Amino acid sequence: MKHVLSVLVNNQPGVLLRVVGMFSRRSFNIDSLSVGVTQPNKYSRITIFFQGESYIVDQIIKQLGKIPDVAAVQLHNPETAVYRGMTLIKIRANDTNRLDVLKIAELFRAHVIDVQKTTLIFEITGQDEKVSALLQLLTPYGILEVIRTGQVALERGEKTIFNCAGKTAFYSKNLL
Amino acid sequence: MRLNGAGIVIESLKNEGVEFVFGYPGGAVLTLYDEIYKTNFPHILTKHEQGAVHAADGYARATGKVGVCIATSGPGATNLITGIATANIDSIPLICITGQVATPLIGRDSFQEADVCGITAPITKHNYLVRHIKDLPRVLKEAFFIARTGRPGPVVVDIAKDVFAAETEYKYPAEICLRGYTGKYIGDEKKIDRAVDMLRTAERPIIFIGGGVITSETSQLVREMVQKMNIPMTSTLMGLGAADADSAGYLGMAGMHGSYAANMAIMKCDLLLGIGVRFDDRVTGVISEFAPKAKIIHFDIDYAEINKNIAVNLSVVGDLRWSLPLFQEKLCPYNDIIKENIQKWYENVVKIHTARPFKYKNDKNNILAQDAIKKLSDIVTHNTAIVTDVGQHQMWAAQFFKVYGPRNFITSGGLGTMGFGLPAAIGVKLGRPDKNVILLSGDGSIMMNCQELATLADYNINIKIIVIHNHVLGMVTQWQRMFYGERYSQSLLNSKADIVKIAQAMGIKGFRIKVKEELINGLQQLLHEQGPVLLDIIVPAEEDVFPMVPGGKRLDQMVMGEDGL
Ligand SMILES: Cc1ncc(C[n+]2csc(CCOP(=O)(O)OP(=O)(O)O)c2C)c(N)n1
Ligand SMILES: [Mg+2]
Repeated sequence: MKHVLSVLVNNQPGVLLRVVGMFSRRSFNIDSLSVGVTQPNKYSRITIFFQGESYIVDQIIKQLGKIPDVAAVQLHNPETAVYRGMTLIKIRANDTNRLDVLKIAELFRAHVIDVQKTTLIFEITGQDEKVSALLQLLTPYGILEVIRTGQVALERGEKTIFNCAGKTAFYSKNLL
Repeated sequence: MRLNGAGIVIESLKNEGVEFVFGYPGGAVLTLYDEIYKTNFPHILTKHEQGAVHAADGYARATGKVGVCIATSGPGATNLITGIATANIDSIPLICITGQVATPLIGRDSFQEADVCGITAPITKHNYLVRHIKDLPRVLKEAFFIARTGRPGPVVVDIAKDVFAAETEYKYPAEICLRGYTGKYIGDEKKIDRAVDMLRTAERPIIFIGGGVITSETSQLVREMVQKMNIPMTSTLMGLGAADADSAGYLGMAGMHGSYAANMAIMKCDLLLGIGVRFDDRVTGVISEFAPKAKIIHFDIDYAEINKNIAVNLSVVGDLRWSLPLFQEKLCPYNDIIKENIQKWYENVVKIHTARPFKYKNDKNNILAQDAIKKLSDIVTHNTAIVTDVGQHQMWAAQFFKVYGPRNFITSGGLGTMGFGLPAAIGVKLGRPDKNVILLSGDGSIMMNCQELATLADYNINIKIIVIHNHVLGMVTQWQRMFYGERYSQSLLNSKADIVKIAQAMGIKGFRIKVKEELINGLQQLLHEQGPVLLDIIVPAEEDVFPMVPGGKRLDQMVMGEDGL
């Protein structure tokens, strides 16, 4: 099963290492990862796609929760969240077939972001299945390079990752 | 107050109530050591950084306080690694202060530079690299908080050399604010009600305790539960001492080298109360067959331990200081009923334990390690902390040394670090000078940090050392004997080194015994000598630790020794 987690972390050096290190140390595999500064900018937000049975999801969420620099962990549900990732495709296209290629791209709402004499670059966002379908159709024309960003995810509606954040703790309380 | 970074470190240590630190100087921490000099801050100079970190660890295990050690950058810091991992897996609170190269030199492969935060991330509870003086007070405050709260663990504070010299206005923060970490310890009370219900209807319950009971100082509560309701109890290696060795209903250690009765009771019970345990593979046997007939309730402070190794029927997440008193209170009305319900089971289990205690064969001439440990146990007072190294002697200590009270059995459980014993014993004695401290080591293990014998001498630290000298890496030979066709690859020591002379050369007394008649006198002499002494006990090489649950087997598939030992 495929799972998607958003992790809100302090925007500090070394934090990514801690998060990714936890995955490798406990031999959990990451399918895709994307990291970026978020609002407010003292946080970074990491989106992780990974495979695993429910035991693994449970352990990952708990182990992430133990990292002091992790402020919140949110597990997304495909029904209630949107996922987006971007793909850039560089394809061979000359005067004879450029129009065909452009037509296919249009069907998939891919944008042209660079045109050269012999090549085109498309940008397409959306879910993996859509991108794979486009790639399949373009293959006969000669794909030169493909790059995908990791996907990012947001829950629809009022729910935000901040709802999942732990309470602030003070030294005087909870001292063992 | 205006202070430099070094002054801030020392002031913060004082604010946290640190009595002394263990450490070793070097380039990146010169400014800090200058401050130690000027303030006369108590410092124990070990002979190796590994000694310093294990000593800080031993201090923490013996006292429950945070142990602190200092090392310089690069090789100083990397020498701490084994000790940090040892503390991490046993949840021991440590602060390791390491010097880092000066900020402008970081990342340039400078002299004595190592990426300490990178290296220690997987083996610490948390770590910090301090590049700005303004962060230092907050980081130190957070580090102590993180180390000692929740499930304790080691925290590394890596401080750039120039930060020690930089100055700032010092005010130790009164509060800290960590968004991702609360050190929370109060859980869901309803879970405790359910635990009560489950125990009320159980017919064959068993209490299974671990190091968490020691850490949280809840031994007394657990003991009372056993006394009031006659619930049989067993312990992991890390939980030894929580119950008095010969208290009624206590079955001793469970697991790979656990007692027959404890392992059988786990296999037969219908309810297992795991308290402060993490179901390590050394104690569960093949995990799918652990307590196969039982419902399992897991009390632990660490949410991530729940369902990690074993699926449980009920979890009570929270500090045992919160959950156990409540549990006990809610059980009060049912104490007698429960006691009655389980009477037959209790009697049965106790009978098995009496019939099949840990045993060893009789040897007319030789001293057997088991016998030496048992005799030692008979003549020392209850106010004794025993520290072990790793190997057969460690398991025999767990089986035959009668431990009374928490923090009296100090051992590297999770990592099984040979060489832990001697430096850890130093920390134990310094932390608890009121206790008699005995180190039980092996001829292999003692050599791993034998340089610290000199520390004993230099500071006149009163530890009694017994080396179980079997001329082999005993635990390794046992496995080679059982599973590798007696091919003793690299495990027969036959060393020419004379550990007694080494001890003497390092500045402490040492003597040796070889035959059975010498045993009692030898032990007496060891205990009555002034100051640190080493006793080398020559024992036969071929002994095995029994019972033994081989890897991948169920707990009731124990291999017993000849004559059903
Ligand atoms: C640092 C380290 N290296 C290797 C091992 C593997 N190991 C476990 S027990 C053991 C033998 C210990 O020998 P000794 O100290 O003589 O104890 P004995 O088993 O003979 O009582 C070894 C090598 C270990 N636990 N720790
Ligand atoms: Mg040996």
